[in-house]
Amino acid sequence: MKKIIASAIALATVSVAALPATAATTLDTVKSRGVLVCGTNPGLAGFAMPDDKGNYTGLDVDVCRAIASAIFNDPTKVKFIPLNAKDRFTALQSGEVDVLARNTTWTQSRQSELGLMFTNVNYYDGQGFMVRKKLGVASALKLDGASICVQQGTTTELNLTDFFRKNNIKYSPVTFQDADQTVKAYDSGRCDAFTTDASGLAAERVKLVNPSEHIILPEIISKEPLGPAVRKGDDQWFDIVQWTGFAMLDAEEAGVTQANVDAMLKSDDPGIKRLLGTEGKFGQTMGLTNDWAYRIIKNVGNYGESFERNVGEGSPLKLARGLNQLWTKGGIQYAPPVR
Amino acid sequence: MTQAAFVQQTLREAQPAPRSEVGILATLRKNLFSTPLSGVLTLLGAALVVYIVPGMVRFLFTDAVWSAPDGAKCRVEGAGACWAFIERKLPYLTYGSYPVSQRWRVDVAIVIGAVLILWLLRTTAPRRNLAAGLFFLVYPVLGFFLLHGFPLIGLPVVDTTRWGGIFVTLLMALVGIVFSLPLGIILALGRRSKLPVIRFVCTIFIEFARGVPFITVLFMANTMLPLFVPDAYAPDRLLRPMIGTAIFGAAYMAEVVRGGLQAMPRGQFEGAMAMGLNYTQMMRLIVLPQALVLVIPAIVNSFISQFKDTTLVSIVGIFDFLNTIDAARIDPVWDGPYISTTAYTFAALFYFSFCFSMSRYSQWMERRLAAGRNR
Amino acid sequence: MAGGIVSQVSKSGSSDVSPAKPSLWYNPEIRGYVAQAVVAIVLAYLFYEAFHNARDNMLAHHMPTNFNFWNNIAGFDISQTLIYFNASTSTFGRAFFVGLLNTLLVAGLGIVFATILGFIVGIARLSSNWVVAKLALVYVELFRNVPLLLQLLFWYNAVLRPLPSPRQSLALPGGAFLNNRGLILPNPIFSANAIWLWLALALGIAVAYFYRRFARRRQAVTGEPGQVLLVSIAALVGFPVLGYFILGEPMHLTFPVLRGFNFVGGLQVYPEFISLLLGLTIYTATFIAEIVRGGITAVSKGQREAASALGFSHSQSLRLIVVPQAMRVIIPPLTNQFLNLTKNSTLAVAIAYPELAQVFMGTVLNQTGAAVQIVFVTMGVYLAISLITAMIMNVYNKRVALAER
Repeated sequence: MKKIIASAIALATVSVAALPATAATTLDTVKSRGVLVCGTNPGLAGFAMPDDKGNYTGLDVDVCRAIASAIFNDPTKVKFIPLNAKDRFTALQSGEVDVLARNTTWTQSRQSELGLMFTNVNYYDGQGFMVRKKLGVASALKLDGASICVQQGTTTELNLTDFFRKNNIKYSPVTFQDADQTVKAYDSGRCDAFTTDASGLAAERVKLVNPSEHIILPEIISKEPLGPAVRKGDDQWFDIVQWTGFAMLDAEEAGVTQANVDAMLKSDDPGIKRLLGTEGKFGQTMGLTNDWAYRIIKNVGNYGESFERNVGEGSPLKLARGLNQLWTKGGIQYAPPVR
Repeated sequence: MTQAAFVQQTLREAQPAPRSEVGILATLRKNLFSTPLSGVLTLLGAALVVYIVPGMVRFLFTDAVWSAPDGAKCRVEGAGACWAFIERKLPYLTYGSYPVSQRWRVDVAIVIGAVLILWLLRTTAPRRNLAAGLFFLVYPVLGFFLLHGFPLIGLPVVDTTRWGGIFVTLLMALVGIVFSLPLGIILALGRRSKLPVIRFVCTIFIEFARGVPFITVLFMANTMLPLFVPDAYAPDRLLRPMIGTAIFGAAYMAEVVRGGLQAMPRGQFEGAMAMGLNYTQMMRLIVLPQALVLVIPAIVNSFISQFKDTTLVSIVGIFDFLNTIDAARIDPVWDGPYISTTAYTFAALFYFSFCFSMSRYSQWMERRLAAGRNR
Repeated sequence: MAGGIVSQVSKSGSSDVSPAKPSLWYNPEIRGYVAQAVVAIVLAYLFYEAFHNARDNMLAHHMPTNFNFWNNIAGFDISQTLIYFNASTSTFGRAFFVGLLNTLLVAGLGIVFATILGFIVGIARLSSNWVVAKLALVYVELFRNVPLLLQLLFWYNAVLRPLPSPRQSLALPGGAFLNNRGLILPNPIFSANAIWLWLALALGIAVAYFYRRFARRRQAVTGEPGQVLLVSIAALVGFPVLGYFILGEPMHLTFPVLRGFNFVGGLQVYPEFISLLLGLTIYTATFIAEIVRGGITAVSKGQREAASALGFSHSQSLRLIVVPQAMRVIIPPLTNQFLNLTKNSTLAVAIAYPELAQVFMGTVLNQTGAAVQIVFVTMGVYLAISLITAMIMNVYNKRVALAER
């Protein structure tokens, strides 16, 4: 009898906070809920970072805000769930989040084994190393015998092992549960080198006591295409997330910006007309309104603007566009057309 | 009656105690230098105090930076603790990312809770059973709606992902207390039950929870609880560690309560049965009131360890006080050589003041109970 | 059966129910069966539901549902390994044992140090020396009332940060070095005939043991106490040292030298390990001190007075009269503290010491995704440790109880 009461209490508390049942499509769920639930990094400068009041900003955050704009025409209708590396896939699989935009590397096993779909790449990245200048190390191949700080449960940890094994160099790993601890341990001198994605290195360097005393080594030891992911099995939702990313790239390519988007509504360019919904019914086929892309650009801006604001020259990170430049300007960011 | 000349006839004046046995010097000698070893230890101890205390005072008070707009002043050579950092971060450390305009709700909840707890703890306060009812039944429900929101009466919903800081630490501790005590009583009664199935179930549960580290219980609550229920009913991220805390605390509380039940003289049970009371009446009216009072000190001690254990939720990603401290101390604006030390010292002071006062209360209660028994 | 019911009813004393015809509803025995059946059914249902949901969810989330991962190649490195571990050839299963051994290492050493410190502080708390007693009190109150996790973070950052980098290491006497990579000790290297050294040590132990027996017997006959401690130390140190020189120095130390980023050739003790050991020891010792103090105060004053009446010195009465009796009170809660220390070693996940929870429930869980299996196995390990200890304790308690009569 005692146990029943206990379990009844447990069940009652569980159901109080239960999420609404997810029988309908993801888009319907999001619409009826009135808010998009987005899994993000708990704090990575430039990608997803809450301020003291809990408002998130960043490149990944903009992905979520763009999706919310496309659906609700309101970039604030997003609820961010901060997820650590360990919990992120479970949260997406279980339906706790609608989309995972958390600097997550697109890999074959994640797609085939975990039942996730990566929609596009919003940042082409690669793993690198950061060391102290005064060590006088110019290449990762000179890290023989070094202690290296690395975050647990990431592809980073495995790439690191591969790289050192391939080059037959010895090292000593120090693994931490979260990114902050890893950086702090490196900063306090526990390790000779710190490794993560190159963008992460730049983001974390800002947080070090003396950023100028550290350099990022030239070796990039892996391919890390980062992008948003959704669950398999809901093609409409996949389309919405994927084309939100593509629309931001297409807008940049066509020169449509947050500032001139209203003027561009009167453009004669057929490509811009199709993008902004003044011609055709491209939005409706995805279950959205036809001005979906206009909403995204009006509220969030195009890819280039988002990049500059969050990780580029307009941010403390000051990352170069590099691979993330448009294909027309020497990069590999290339989006299919709205047609 | 003949009197021998050598027998003293008059009372002699009492002599003062030897010089070596009275006065400050004697006390000092007895307490500090009674043996050579004791003398050496005293000197070593004094040296330790002299070595540590002035440095600590300088660091914590005289050299400390009390107000500054950013970390520049704290980075100056010779600066001590950076209290300005704590002052600036205090709202974040207290409320996490709870919306600024709604923070009064947290304050109200904390004040109500504090009043109820003081009411319960004061042994002379009137109507303490009313306080218990309010605290264990009304307050959790009221608190939930106050903190989480109740749009019908104009309290907008504040999502649990924005809760954090001291507030979440207190919340975790409160949930632990409010749920673990009743659950613990039920489990303790179950373990002493004459019905084998119930006894078996309760014993297994208690021994299992007490045999594993709290971290594994939290991991289980965090990663496995959502798997045991249909996807749509996956509990909220903040609720999961609360369930873990309540379950874990209940097992320890059960053993405390069982100790109280075992300490009850058989006569109380027999007397109750002789009066014709059934099991529920006997437990509710005779046994439990006495048994629980008997173990109040142990209950409070159990709360102390539960309070300290709330820090572990930071490992599963909840922004409790310790986690906000850890997040705040890496702010590059404030970075300096002693920011971490300042932050940890502040956290230590917070936890110490709670745990120490609780342990003092438990010791006081113990003496009071002992006085009653020794009468 | 009927007789049983009647006696049950009359025992519970409900006078309004006639003993002749008790209704089924008020029959406590039947009610007991019903209640138990209900509990059993509800529990079975809950377990069934949980099991099914877990299976469905795990399949839907593409999580592994078996232990096949156990034999897969790990692919990641671990800093501190007591057994051989290689990222490219060792399995996840081996990573489990690496973690388990690291847990046992830190728990074992922690228990030894915490017990020593706890006994010293517990006795110091009762010292007649005011300064010593107060210092012990301050220590106990300060470290008992601050959460262990906070203390670990503090030690980790306090031990770590002020220490110099490898190139400016502090040289310790005896060829050891201390820097922010930890403590680097000279590494003992044994040559082939080192086995004789161990035999010499065994001989030393045997001599010490037999001398103790001899001294006891002689004391019983003549009343002369023997110098057991002195002779034991001489035997334990003397024989191996003698053997060392006779055998032509079969063991030598390799001293650490700075090369590249850090020292090579030494025995490295990582700062994660040091801070975890330090935190566990200092925290647990406060509880042990209180247990020891309680145990000693529980020994009646008459025992101590009788001891001094018999002419025992203070330390003799403590060693021969008080502590042996106090041990009976001390041992059960002391074992509890040992278990707590072992369980608390899981807090290493916060400071990157690769023990069971950090390696197995951290990295292995992340790389394999087998959350349910891994969490249950981890729980099982600690549960097994607890149950085995409880069993040993029960045996011990029985023996003590018999001796007590």
